[in-house]
Parts: sequence; structure tokens; C-alpha cells
Amino acid sequence: MVESRLTRLFLRLGAGVTLFFIYFPLFVIALYAFNEKVTQRWPIEDWSTKWFSVAFHNESVREALEHSVLAGLGATAIALVLGTLASMAIARHRFFGREVMTFAVILPIALPGIVTGLALQATIKDVLSPLGVKFGLATIVIGHATFCVVVVYNNVLARLRRTAGNLDEASADLGADSWQTFRYVMFPQLRTALLAGGLLAFALSFDEIIVTIFTAGAIQTLPIWMYATLFRPTELPIVNVVALFVILVSVIPVYLAQRLAGGTGVAGGTTQRPARREP
Amino acid sequence: MRRRNQRAIVWVALGLLVAALSVVAAGCGGGGDGEASTEIEGLGSSLEEIREKAREEGEVNLVIWPGYAVLTDEFTAATGCKVNTKDGASSDDMIALLQSGAYDGGSFSGNATVRLMATGDVAPINTEFITNWDDIQEGIKNQDYNSLDGQAYGVPHGRGPNYLMFRTDVVPEDTNSWGVIWEDEELERYKGKISIYDDSIFIADAALWLKATRPELGIDNPYQLTQEQFDAAVELLKKQAPYVGEYWPGDVVKQIQSYTNGDSVVGTTWPYQYVQLTAANVPVKALKPKEGTTGWSDTWMIYSKAAHPNCMYLWMDHMASPEAQATVAEGFGEAPVNLKACDLTKDPNHCDTYHADDETWWEDVYYWTTPQEDCADDDDSTTCMTQADWKAAWTEIRG
Amino acid sequence: MTSVSIDEASLRQSPGRRLSTFFYRHPRLRLWTLLALPVLWLGVVYIGSLLVLLLSAFWTADPFTAKLVHEFTLDNLRRVFETPVYRDVAFRTIRMAALVTLACAVLAFPLAYYMARIASPRVRNLLVVAVLMPLWGSYLVKAYAWRTILSGEGAINWALGPFGVSFNGYSNTGLWLVFTYLWLPFMVLPIYAGLERIPQSLLEASADLGARSMRTFFRVTLPLVFPAVVAGSIFTFSLTLGDYIAPTLISSDQFIGTVIYREYGTALPFAAAYAMVPIVVIVAYLLVARKLKAFESL
Repeated sequence: MVESRLTRLFLRLGAGVTLFFIYFPLFVIALYAFNEKVTQRWPIEDWSTKWFSVAFHNESVREALEHSVLAGLGATAIALVLGTLASMAIARHRFFGREVMTFAVILPIALPGIVTGLALQATIKDVLSPLGVKFGLATIVIGHATFCVVVVYNNVLARLRRTAGNLDEASADLGADSWQTFRYVMFPQLRTALLAGGLLAFALSFDEIIVTIFTAGAIQTLPIWMYATLFRPTELPIVNVVALFVILVSVIPVYLAQRLAGGTGVAGGTTQRPARREP
Repeated sequence: MRRRNQRAIVWVALGLLVAALSVVAAGCGGGGDGEASTEIEGLGSSLEEIREKAREEGEVNLVIWPGYAVLTDEFTAATGCKVNTKDGASSDDMIALLQSGAYDGGSFSGNATVRLMATGDVAPINTEFITNWDDIQEGIKNQDYNSLDGQAYGVPHGRGPNYLMFRTDVVPEDTNSWGVIWEDEELERYKGKISIYDDSIFIADAALWLKATRPELGIDNPYQLTQEQFDAAVELLKKQAPYVGEYWPGDVVKQIQSYTNGDSVVGTTWPYQYVQLTAANVPVKALKPKEGTTGWSDTWMIYSKAAHPNCMYLWMDHMASPEAQATVAEGFGEAPVNLKACDLTKDPNHCDTYHADDETWWEDVYYWTTPQEDCADDDDSTTCMTQADWKAAWTEIRG
Repeated sequence: MTSVSIDEASLRQSPGRRLSTFFYRHPRLRLWTLLALPVLWLGVVYIGSLLVLLLSAFWTADPFTAKLVHEFTLDNLRRVFETPVYRDVAFRTIRMAALVTLACAVLAFPLAYYMARIASPRVRNLLVVAVLMPLWGSYLVKAYAWRTILSGEGAINWALGPFGVSFNGYSNTGLWLVFTYLWLPFMVLPIYAGLERIPQSLLEASADLGARSMRTFFRVTLPLVFPAVVAGSIFTFSLTLGDYIAPTLISSDQFIGTVIYREYGTALPFAAAYAMVPIVVIVAYLLVARKLKAFESL
């Protein structure tokens, strides 16, 4: 070990402080879910679980949750298809416009949400609406899928880079057709990467707020419901319960994805990013 | 070299694409200006048919001021229309929401309605389908903020003043003038504890104070200001800005919290926050100061391309009913426009307290309206600052 | 491999087989079959929408009706650059982004270092999950939690009360705290990955050559891990630059995001012109980051 005893002590302390900083607000808001009073004064004086039942029976919360889940599933499905196709093209081919493509995949998540949201809103209003696609669940899915592609893409691309490209050629030599090669050779290799990418895409969609504000129209997802309700003084206790619920729920896909893919990359991939040039 | 050429081709291709898309976008921009037909695609031709069709529509999407949609469960039970609401923080916000095309209508203040009627985003209404129409106060019907050329464009909702509110343990209880947020020594006294509505329409509040204190400017209507009057108001607001503790952008929770713990002690507010604060026993007082005040007279309007026009008509009627009027007037703290509501309020004196039937009280309440280049009058010789000027100035005032 | 039984006869005739032969002979077509959907979605719909939005910066909005008027003008861009207030707001936002990045780096470093070099493999894996979870956890819940904690009656002022200090949480200081919190995990993970890649032998060599641990840290570890810090900063910086929800919830000052949000409804051309500011800053930042080899550490 190169670190001195003092340094190690200091690091341990620093790590502890940072971890405390990360979890303290989540802990506090979890406690507020059990606050009996409507006012949000600290410390909490009277404890109660009554707001759980109020929130559970709240029609708009249920509906918002339903929309969030449906939007998440729709966006994840599209992201899985687009992300897989794009990553296969990028990983196995050299082609004109390849750099632009890698750039286009990342752009929706790199640009401020308000820019992506405004751009999509204008297109939905001026182009899609006259074609019959009105603001609603469908447009939320369109918005979410756009920025969810990147997490599937990153996961699959990272996996494809670790697997040999000549396996599919071998499969073809042995007489399998494209679908069979995908089904029996590629898919088993990609399965966990797809699952991890899909889970992260769902988590990303489930929590998204800014792009949703611009693409949702009158439909409420859970974050939209929260963002509207936290400005209403009398309904804050329900917001607290929903906040606790969202914290608990969004932990599941992240934990599973982590187990499956074992990656640490911020955008959901491992440590590699598609923007990286080939040496 | 070849790579560079290829890149150029990509950009040219994208450019062409953009050009194509913008042509499409441009083609879709037109509005239905100038038509006064109350017909909306899909709307029933009689009340019976409207009720019938509403059951098929099954929902109505509304843009509202916070707290405006009341008795929604009762409405749904009676009509089969589920009510989805979206709160707006300012009139501009609400216009943007309505223009997104996702809503059937909403409750709008004068600074939104004038624009919405002009753009054709809202449709004129057939008052025959509004069963409560005859009970609505005559003095509020047919105003320039809810009708065009004598044609009604919506159902009045209610009206209220923007109050001066202060904590009585800090600010003298007999305070009765806006000077408390404009005069130098008062600003110094309450520095960092002043709470101001965060929207360009607040420039009118400054103009109102100038109207009372600087008659040489000749301000008459605080919403239609000449360059000179406007500059004076903006200067006043810039002087005030360093002393303001919080600008509340329609965020009523923040303002309620800050008055509760004393971070704010004086400022402008909606009656809603005042009702909430007094209910929580916070020592506050709210009033219309002697200089008069700004206020609003709101109107439910229907989107001209509403997807659920039948439910929207029933909703406009619902909000004019005595029951809904009583509930919303007490909940938000405003004066109902259907005086039959006065018998149904929990506080039997509500209508008196809020001067529902006292037109003289409202004489110095200037309802929000849209600043217009032609000063909204017939005199061609004067020009006034536009809404866009107001907004740009507000961003500068906020710094 | 699971059983893939392919009989010779069906193999020759099956359309699937013929298709794959076709694709094998024409790799270009195979490629474009793969690319068609992603290109249509991201290349045409998304980038197209984006460009149309940015293009509208050269149009005007009617001052009364707010409808777009398709007449070319540079007024919007001129207003962005020439009006002091928009410069002030942009600088305020950029300063905030820089301060948030700094705070994130300072807070992230000890934790990342501890994870990479001190903790046992078991603890390390646990910590990775512990940092990853809030990263994906709800942005809005976190911002709301802070809004509650920072309020005048919230936990922080309660804790400070006995010392006779009161902290105005709904301020830019409060917002700085919230942003730092929101993006912290985005900084921890790249630094952790960067530290993990440094071979132990390198640090030992430095020690063997007589460097004290401080010297090793500043002369060996820090230069090696710097690209990773820059990689993390891409997120902390760009996410702060464009956000408008947290400023709305916490501060009452204007930031780039809140100005765009305020303008978009009635003055879309100006909103689009102002949106170019964060886009240009982010692209410039990305270019610098690429120079510093940060992309390898993402």
C-alpha cells in the first residue's frame, strides 16, 4: 500500500461524508411520507401511515403510474429495436456517415432536455398532429424512445465489441440464415446486455420529466403529476408517499441491470463509449 | 480531402431536409382568424345531443389557474366526462399550453383572452347551451376581455384583486398603501423580505403606483403605456429589485412557506394564499390599498379545435353553476359571478366580504389585459408598448 | 449451442436462406437494412426537429398574437448578444455549472479513491451499486426532497437553529447544493473507473523512488486520472447548463433554462436563439474534453 495511514483515514472519512450526502435527502423524504401533518415542518412531530392509503386510493396517482409504466414499456421496446440495429451497424460496418450516426445517438441525452423537448413538441404539433398522432401516450413514447436508444445502444455495442465478429460468419458458413444466426448465435451473447439496456431504458423513461412536459399534452405521468402537485400546498403528503414509492421502485431495475451487465459507465455501457474513435 | 467532401454532403443533405420540413411547418401555421361562427367540429347541435356526445367523448382536458377546477367528481358522475387538469403559472404559460393543441379549453385571465380571441385559438360560444348563462351578472358579460364585437367568447368564472399582503407582527396593521413596497424608506425597512409576483404583468402594478403618485406622467390605463410611462414604471421596478426577497412564479407553496416562517413579510398575493395562511393561523392581513389594485376577471373558454367540445361545453356550464361557483369562490378567495352561489357558501358572508355585488368596490380594480401597440383604443395618434416589450423588460428587471 | 438442425433440402430453398445469401453478397444493403430505422428516427425525425427549432431563431413572432412570421431576421441573435441581461444570465449559469463541477469533483474524489484503492472487492461492489442507484433514481424526487429540506421550516434550518444561524435555502447557494447533489454520481463513477485503471506497480515504483504519498498523488495519480475527472465534468457541467426545473423549485433567480422556458410560449424564435447559447457552450466543452482525452474515460 502506498497510502499512509493518515491518508487512508482521511479517505475513509471523505468517502463517508460523500455517501452521507448522497443518502441523507432520500432518507429525509422517506421519513416525511410518515408525517401525519399536512405542513412540512421539521422535525416531524406526529407519525402516521394514513397518507399511504390516501395515496393508494388517489385516482390520478394510479392513472399517472399506469401511464408511466405504459410509456416506459413502449419506449423501452422501441429503444431495444433501434439501439440493437444501430449498434450492430456501428460495430460490424465501416461506412460513410458513421461518425454522424454515433453522434446522433448521443445527442438526445447530451443536449439540455428543454431543447430536445421544444424541438419534438414543434414537430409533433406541426407534422404529426395533422397526420393523426395527437399529444398523448404515443407522443410520450416517441420522446422517451429518442433518448432511451443510447442506453441500449451502449450496452449492446460494448458487448458486441467483446465478442468475435467472425462467429456470425461461421454460423452462415454452417448454413444458418440471417434470422437463425441472430436467434441462435447473436442473441444468446447479447441477451444480458439487452436486458440490462432495456431495464435502464425503462428506468430512464420512468423518471424523465423535462422532455415529457413538452411531449405529454394533457396526459400525466408520475413525474408530471408530482411536478404539478408539489405546487399545491394541501396535497404535499401524497407527494411524499409517491416520492418514497418512486425511490423504492427505481432501485429495482438499476440493481438488476448492474447485476446483469456489471458495467460502471455513466451512460449505461461499460467503460467504453461509442463516441470513442477506433485506434 | 475525400472525408471532408463527404461531410459536406451530409450537411447539404441535412440542409435540404430542414428546408423540406420547414415548408411543411410553414404550411401548417395558419389560424382561423376573423370567423365568429360558434360551430366546432363534433359539437352537438342541441343540449340533448351535446349531453349524448359527451358520454362518448368521456373526458375533458383543461388548462387552469391552480385550484380553479372544482366538484370534478360530481361533474364526471353527472356527465361521464373525466376531468384532466393542468395548472398554469402565468397567462403566457397558459397560452402556450392551449396552443400545444392538447387541451379543450381552460380558465383564462384578460391578458390571455384578448390574444386568444384575436388568434382564433378560442372559439365564440353559443350561450343557449349554457343553462346557467342568465344567472351570471350582467355587468361581467360582454366585456372586451370575454367577447368580440358583441359575441361572447366564454363563460365568466369569477373575479378577484391582487392583494397587498403583510405580516401584522412586522408591518403596521393600519397599512393601507402600496407605498410599502415602492417608497425608498419602506424598501430599506423590509429589505430582502418583499415578495413579488414573477411575471411581466406586474409592470402594471408599478404603473398603478405611478398613476397615483406621479400624475404628470398621465397614466390612465396601467396596461396601455406609452414609452415614457413604461420607462418610468420599469425604472421603478429596477429600483425595487434589489430589495425583493423572492419572486414567486405562480409557485404558491413557496410564498405560503415564506410568509409562514417570516422570510417574507410584505408583497403581492392572490387571495388563495391569504385564505391558506389565515387557515394556518399565520398573522397576515391582505387588502386592496387606497390606490386601487390590479386584478383579474377570468373566463372559461373553449379551444377552437377542441377534441372534446361537448364535454367542454358541459364543463363551462358546470363552472357557472351555483354549487361550483360557491365552492371555487371560497376555495380560491374570489367573488363569484353567479350570485345564486351566495346562498351556498359555507361562510354566509362570503359574497359581502368579497364584494360580489358591489360594483363601486371594483371601480379601482384594473383587470389584467394584454398590452397592445394601438393602446387598445380608437385613437390612432398614440402607440403603446407591446406584450413583447413588457416581457423583455421584465427579464431585464429580474436581472 | 442449442440444437440447430438444418436439413440440406430446405436449406437451399428457404427464403430466409436466400435472403441471407443475398445480404452476404450485398453487405451495403445489409447495412442499410440495419440502419434504416435508426436513421429515420434519430437522423430525420430528431435531428430534423432540432434543426427546424434552431432555424426558427431566424424568424420573428408577432408581438401580439405570438404566431411565427416566416421572415428572415437576425434580430433574435442580436438581442441575445447585445442585451446585457442575457449575457448576465448566461454567465451566471456558466459560473453555476463550473462551481457545481468543482464541488462534485471535490466530493467525488475521496469516495472514488476509497472505492478503487482501499475498499475490499466486496465492499467495492456494494459501493458501486450504492452510487449507481441514486444516479438513476428520480431527478424530480431528489429535487423535491431538497426543496423540503431547504425550506425555512426544513431540516437544515432546524439543525442550524441552536447556533442562531439561519440559512436561506431558496437561493443560489441552495441551488448550488442541489445541483451538486443531483449530478454527483455522474462524477464518482468515471473517477472511480479512471483510478482503477492505474496499475498498482506504478504507484509502488513512485514510492520506491522515494516519493512520499502526497507527492505520488500529485505527480502520478492526479495527472493519470485527470481525463476521468474531465469526463465526469461533461455531465455535471452540461446538465447544470440546461436545467430549468431545479432553478424553478429552489432559486428565484434567472438561469438559461428558465429564460428559455419563459420565452418559448410567446416568443419561440427568441427562445430558439437563446437555446443556441448552451448548445454552443456544450459543444465547445465537448471539443476541449476530447482534446484532453476525456472521451476514453466516459
